[in-house]
Amino acid sequence: MSVQVWTYILVALTFSLYIGIALATRVRDTRSFYIAGQGIPPLWNGMAIAADWMSAASFLSITGIIAFSGYDGSVYLMGWTGGYVLLALLIAPFLRRFGKFTVPDFVGDRYGSQALRALAALTAILISFVYVAGQMRGVGVVFSRFLNTDITTGVVIGVFLVFVYASLSGMKGITWTQVSQYIVLILAFIIPAAAISLQLSGNPIPQLGFLNIVGDLDNLQRELGFPAYTAQNKTNLDIFAITMALMVGTAGLPHVITRFYTTPTVQGARTSAIWAIVFISILYTTVPALAIFAKTNLIDSLENKPYASAPAWFKNWEKTSLVVFSDKNGDGLMQYRPGAAFLKTATGGNDFTKPDPANANELYIDNDILVLATPEVANLSPFLIALVAAGGLAAALSTASGLLITVSGAVAHDIYYKLVNPNASEGARLLAGRITVGVAAIAAGYFGINPPGFVAQVVALAFGLAAASFFPLLVLGIFDKRMNWQGAMAGLLLGLGFTLVYIINFTPSLGGTGAPADLFLGISTTGIGTVGMIINFVVAFAVSRLTPAPSAQVQELVESVRYPSGTLTEAQSH
Amino acid sequence: MTQPPGSTSTAPPGPAHSGLTAEQRLGYWRSNLTLTLILLAVWFVVPYLLGIIFSDNLNAVRVGQAPLGFWIAQQGSIYVFIILIAIYAFRMNALDRATGVDG
Repeated sequence: MSVQVWTYILVALTFSLYIGIALATRVRDTRSFYIAGQGIPPLWNGMAIAADWMSAASFLSITGIIAFSGYDGSVYLMGWTGGYVLLALLIAPFLRRFGKFTVPDFVGDRYGSQALRALAALTAILISFVYVAGQMRGVGVVFSRFLNTDITTGVVIGVFLVFVYASLSGMKGITWTQVSQYIVLILAFIIPAAAISLQLSGNPIPQLGFLNIVGDLDNLQRELGFPAYTAQNKTNLDIFAITMALMVGTAGLPHVITRFYTTPTVQGARTSAIWAIVFISILYTTVPALAIFAKTNLIDSLENKPYASAPAWFKNWEKTSLVVFSDKNGDGLMQYRPGAAFLKTATGGNDFTKPDPANANELYIDNDILVLATPEVANLSPFLIALVAAGGLAAALSTASGLLITVSGAVAHDIYYKLVNPNASEGARLLAGRITVGVAAIAAGYFGINPPGFVAQVVALAFGLAAASFFPLLVLGIFDKRMNWQGAMAGLLLGLGFTLVYIINFTPSLGGTGAPADLFLGISTTGIGTVGMIINFVVAFAVSRLTPAPSAQVQELVESVRYPSGTLTEAQSH
Repeated sequence: MTQPPGSTSTAPPGPAHSGLTAEQRLGYWRSNLTLTLILLAVWFVVPYLLGIIFSDNLNAVRVGQAPLGFWIAQQGSIYVFIILIAIYAFRMNALDRATGVDG
């Protein structure tokens, strides 16, 4: 059977599974809709956290980004796993003990400020929204490539599917679809990776296999004029700042934190953090190995080979302009060399009609194709190639659904119920939640079809904002009893404001005009969240000490999230 | 603090720690802070010092064909993160049990 037939079969099977789970877990109350009735066992919650976390970008793009940046790509590996240490030690158990519905819930109650609640809700919406558009785009890309639909059709199907299962079954249904999506995506990732590892290194375990060939890749890259794969190109300070921003950003992403609200106990929240990091690490330790295999394969199969007899996968991806060849020296062979193959357009994209004469590189290869193309490059069976498509969809859908529930919580719970209409009935609140999911899904789909320039900057934006806002806000709220709303508000506004202005100023697609030479200490936009976080911490601390201490009630709340409740439970009394 | 299924109460938690004495609370929080600081020190040293700042120095040593600093940045630090989170969860859950209290 062909790849396309297998893809149809796998996509139909997995989509039916997701809808089936949603039908079996329909919810009728807000507590189930937002926090799954706090009945999710830690192992399954850990799996759901992993799926929630690993997005279309983790699955489709990161391997490519690391393959093309070598050592410098370590920032994503350390950043997106190390953030869980902060989450597990500084945030998750305390927010679970607080035990409400959303992150803005905690912010509003802890600081006794409706203005901060509103600001936190808006920040959660902004962060989640920036993120979800990229997921819908991912669904469209997978559909267009594997099922030969156009991107719009793919996005529409994705929006419809996520809307149906998220609005029907809320967090409860999302949890169990995320569990099934984790299984699909991890199998789709590690089976091809093991096959390629065996092919190239003689060892089926990618984490060990790459140790046999990474030195050869270093040599191969040097021969072509590239720096060695394992060599560092960015400055220590920039790598440090980016890693830190991604770590604290991870710990401050509302859609991930919310998942820790769904366990039955505080102990369960801690245990689900262990499962989450284990399940996430299975992918994140495979990624750098696969990047090395993919890069080796890519160079071997293209470098100095005749364009006329380019492999079939090359021709396939050429149709979508994700690989583009320009025969600069007219020898009919494809030369892969350092430098950009094509000149940039005014908005920062590639202008494929204008080869860059300044270097000898003739190949443009998009980051995103590496995971999708590698099974074909390695001549794996059509079933495995189709499985990768199903995995990419699972990764995109699981993250999108978690984000939509977060947006829904911020709009329907924090803003509508807590701020606008505190007398809303349970039924009205649930309906508002379902409607918000629908509206947000459609809006996300619109931006997936018509991506604004900022989609490519999602990483810098979402993580920078989370690092400069929620992380300090939550950590200070838990660990500094003296912190008051004045300090929190000042820190949030300055930290968030600085980060936002900096990222916009240095991002051409957002209209920024800042020259790279003017970067603060050479820190790139992805790393600036670290500085934003420090500003937030320092300002919050200073302002809080110059203004009155928070009320006794607020201090009481801080105490209550720090210590166990002191009531013996049945299970622990014997 | 778990609520009965279907409950939609959003009232702020009361003096929920009232079951512990002031001394117990202080001891509990100290233990938590000490453990957290030790684990965060390792969290900082492995990726930031070994994986980034001093990675060049470590790269002279090889793990298979991989330079050690590179290996720590792309593999080793992730394994350390798993261990740190596991230690925290086991120690804190044990502390909760020893204090004889529900979360």
